[in-house]
Order: sequence, then structure tokens, then C-alpha cells
Amino acid sequence: MSTTTESVVSTEKRRVLFSRPKSLSDVVTHYCPGCTHGIVHRLVAEVIDQLDIEGKTIGVCPVGCSVLAHNYFNFDMAQAAHGRAPAVATGLKRSLPDSVVFTYQGDGDLASIGMAETVHAALRGEKITVIFINNAIYGMTGGQMAPTSLPGQVTQTSPYGRDIEAAGYPVKVCELLSGLEGVALAQRVTVDTPNHVRAARRAIKKAFDYQIEGLGYSIIEVISTCPTNWGLSADASMKWLRENMLPYYPLGVFKDIKAGAAAAGAAAAAGDANTAGDAGDE
Amino acid sequence: MAEKVLMKGNEALAEAAIRAGCKTFFGYPITPQTELAAYMAKALPPIGGTYLQAESEVAAINMVYGASAAGVRVMTSSSSPGVSLKQEGISYLIGADLPALIINIQRGGPGLGGIQPSQADYWQATKATGHGDGQIIVLAPSTVQEMTDLVALAFDLGDKYRTPVMILADGLLGQMMEPVELPETDGVELPEKPWALTGHGNSREKNMANSMHLDPQELEDSILERYERYLVIKQDEQLAESYLTEDADITLVAYGAAARVARSAVNKVRAEGISAGLIRPISLWPFSVDVIEQQVPISSDFLSVEFSMGQMVDDLRLVVDGRKRVHFYGHTGGIVPTPDEIADVIRRIAAGEKVNQVAFRSY
Repeated sequence: MSTTTESVVSTEKRRVLFSRPKSLSDVVTHYCPGCTHGIVHRLVAEVIDQLDIEGKTIGVCPVGCSVLAHNYFNFDMAQAAHGRAPAVATGLKRSLPDSVVFTYQGDGDLASIGMAETVHAALRGEKITVIFINNAIYGMTGGQMAPTSLPGQVTQTSPYGRDIEAAGYPVKVCELLSGLEGVALAQRVTVDTPNHVRAARRAIKKAFDYQIEGLGYSIIEVISTCPTNWGLSADASMKWLRENMLPYYPLGVFKDIKAGAAAAGAAAAAGDANTAGDAGDE
Repeated sequence: MAEKVLMKGNEALAEAAIRAGCKTFFGYPITPQTELAAYMAKALPPIGGTYLQAESEVAAINMVYGASAAGVRVMTSSSSPGVSLKQEGISYLIGADLPALIINIQRGGPGLGGIQPSQADYWQATKATGHGDGQIIVLAPSTVQEMTDLVALAFDLGDKYRTPVMILADGLLGQMMEPVELPETDGVELPEKPWALTGHGNSREKNMANSMHLDPQELEDSILERYERYLVIKQDEQLAESYLTEDADITLVAYGAAARVARSAVNKVRAEGISAGLIRPISLWPFSVDVIEQQVPISSDFLSVEFSMGQMVDDLRLVVDGRKRVHFYGHTGGIVPTPDEIADVIRRIAAGEKVNQVAFRSY
């Protein structure tokens, strides 16, 4: 009798420390081993769970590796034409101003074919959140040069390395957008270490908070990997990201209308400022 | 009967849309449709609607996609070159089964072309309004009153069949002023849209607006399901007007502004004793097959009159199928033929001549 009682007590004391977020569907994703899409999907889902907004959230997925994201999130999702996610999100948000609308876009989608939609959604201060996956390559189509491919980077369509004379310079999206009125938050993060993952989660949370507060357009750029098309193992990809991507795309807060432009600039200049500007909310 | 007001075609389209419950508009300036967007920019904000001038036609049609996915009644308007830019988005609307009203106030082309009235986008509207296996309903008004009347029908058809609908007019109709009787403002009942992306509210399964099916079987099944809706549309939604066709030896077939000229020509030759009539397709897709089929036993000759090099005439030939003679007369590039020109063509046909002519050149 006493043994049974103890067993009940011990069960009640158990706590769930880790589980699948409610906002993430219970399906196997198509992402390659070592790809960071899975981490970022999870962070977005965790934030939406934390804010308890899955019932009023509408996501817009792009064309690119995350084209199937509509299958992976447990809330209403629209699949947009290549690059047009900010326009689709604009139509959704203007029609349902009380909803929470975000786009999830890769570098080709956001910074090449969809640059006009991106810049003008930012200029209008659309109250949407943009999760921008920058892995410096077109993944879905098999490894072509992206608008964010690094100088000298070898891809299927830059087989001799990206030649700046011929192909121009990679675009630094957060730096570009931070100069625009209408942008409430522009922050670059990565997910190569547990600390960086936690900081990325805080940044994503802040981006959704700013939308909910009606402050304007918020974008979180996540420096990401593509082991398959970089031709590297998962481990080596993280190393390549740190050694090549982060020097060109420094982490930091490039615009935060709450912190003020000066503070944001200082944070960006501080190098690894993945945690800059965050009070910490976990 | 409501009071008649004098309105431009473009303005009448806008006012009729608002009265049909459309309070959401995305567009981009282009001649000769700009009065429509300007009307919306003035009229929508005071009634709590959404007017947004997009950065491009491409963005505008994708904003339409988002708003339609959200379940609201939404429209955009443009003219020929702008509609070309919208084609990508129209294909995605088709693929995601989203309703929307698209207005094309046609001008002459190709390329930048001109800004005068044209009907050169018939093929684009009815055959190739975007990549992939898909169609949209296309309605062609010929008066400002009809522009007004077709708007509510276009929205209703779009909702009923979950498809984009185009009103295909031209710069002549868009710019001209005529007296119109506007529809009543109250009593518009918008249908429930259980498929809309409104946030699941933790009370239903998630909804998706999606045109992608990587599994070929799934894609084929989705296209077949849509095609079966098209069969119903073809059977139930043909719209055409017949004028003096009961005894017509020569039947003119013309739509939109060209039908106005054709009708005047019919009246002229009737006064001379030539029995001509006019079939005016109002639905261009579905094409007015049935009324033309009924006319085949009656008429010896059919004459398509268009502001183009001859596009709808292809559909006319498919229906007539070689059983009777089919003639074509047109002007293109923004030139509107006169009733006298058309009357002369009818006289030549009555005299036994075969006509296939644009401007004054025979082909």
C-alpha cells in the first residue's frame, strides 16, 4: 500500500523537459543531415508556442529548400511563388490585421528574385516577420550560385569561384534593410552552437513580439549550412560557416527601433553580437 | 428603379466591385485603367477597406493571392503589359484554387505597344493566362452598364468555382462615359469560406493555400478535379446575346466594344435588305459554343469582327467546324473600325466573297 502511494507521488513529480513543440507537425522532414532548417523550424515553432499564438498565426513558405514548410508547421500556411512571399504576406496581413504573419525564405528567394518584394515590404513597414535562411547557395536546385554566395565560392554555376568582376558582390541583407524606414528589427544570428541557438531563439521571439506590438517589419537572418551542396560533412559545414560566412556576414543587431540606431550600430560593430540587444527571456 | 448616373467604365467597375462587397484592392498604375485604381484609392479608406499601390504588377497579384487566401473578396486591375506580369500570380491562384477578380482594360501590343483600345489579349486571357493546365473564367462587357453588372457575377462565379475570373474590356470601354444604374448597396451576402487561412483558432485542422504537388499522381488528381469543375462551367456558365439572328444569313460574332460597331453595321445592312445578325459572346471562357452551334443551320456565313489580327475567330472556326464559311475582319494596334467598314464587308460576303482582312489588307 505504501509502495503504491510512493509510486504515484514520484510520477506526479515528473516534469516534461523536452518535447515536440505543438506548432511543429509530427512528420519527417526532407532536410539533409547537418542542414540547419530543422533547428530554425523548431525555434520558430517554440516561439509561437511560447507566445500561444498558433491559432492566429499564418506562415508563408517560399520556393527553395523550405518549399515544403507548409507540411511541417501546425498552423495555417500559404505557399508562395518564388520570391513573392512578402507580397503574399502583405495580402494576408492587410486582410487579417489581428493575425500574426511570417514568411520563411531562403537567400535566392528573398535576396535575388524577391528583392523588390522584400525591400518594398520593409519600406511599407508591413507588420510581418521574416525568417531569412542564408546559406550562400541554391539548395533545392542542386547548388547554384546565390546572391549571397561568397567571393571565390565554388558552386555549380560559379565553377571557377564567384568572380566579383562578372557576378558582382554578395548582398548583405540586414545591412541593406537597416537603412530603410519601416524596419523595426533587423538582426543576424546563426545556430552553430547551443549558445547561438539560444540567442537565435531570443531574436526570433523579439521579431514576433515587435510584429505583435505593431512596430513594423522585422527580419531575422540566420546564417545557415548546406552540407550537401557545399560538399562537406555536417561538422565540417559548421566549421566552414564559422570560418567563411561569419567574417563576411557578421552577427548582430543592425536595426532595432527600441534600442535606437546608435546602439544597434555599436552592437553590430562588436563582432559576435549574436546576443546583443537581448534582455534574455528564457 | 435606381437613379442613373453618368460614369466612366473604369469608375463603374470600381464602384460595382465595392457594392459587391469587395473592399480590398491591389494594383499598379497603367494606362488606360488608372481611373479604376484612383477610384479605389479614394473610396476604400473611408469605408475601412484596403487600397494598396504595389511596387509592381507582380507584387500586386501576389498580394491578391494572400488576401484571397485570407478569405476576403479581392480584385486587381491592369492593362495588357501589366496583365502579362500578373500571369505568374494568376497561375498560382489557379493552382491554389483561389478566387479573385482581375480586370484587363486592353491596349494594343505586343511589348509596350500603344494605349489605344485593343482586343489583342483574347488568346492570353482564354488560352494562356499562365503556365500549366488551367483556365480562368473570362467575361467581356460591351457597355458601361454591363461592366457594372458583370462585376458581382464575376465575384460570385469565382467563389462558386474557386477560380480567378477576368473581366476583359478595353481602353474604349474603360474611358467612355455612359449612364449606368448601379446595383443596390445592401443585401450582399458573401459565402462562407471554410478553406480560408484565418488562423485555425485551435478549433479546426490547419488550412493551406498551395499549388505544389511533387507526387505526379497527386498533381494529376488535383488537375483532374479542377478540370471537372471546368466541365460544369462550360455547361452552365455560357453567356451570350443574340441580335436579329433568327433569320440571319450572315451572322457576325463580336464581343466587347467591337460588338457595338458590329451591331451598327448589322442595322445598316438590314436597312438595305441584307439579313445579317449578331452573336455577342459575353463569356469568352467558357466560349459561347451553344448559341453559335444553334446558329450553324440558320446562317450560310459567319463573320468575326475583332480589334486584333484575328484571335476569337479561331474559337468560332472550331464551333462551325467547316460546315459554313467563316470570315474575319479586324483592325489592330488601337484602331477601331467604323460601322461603314464592317457594313461594306457584310455586303461583300452577301455577294459571295470570302473575306479575311485586317485593315484594308487581305490575307
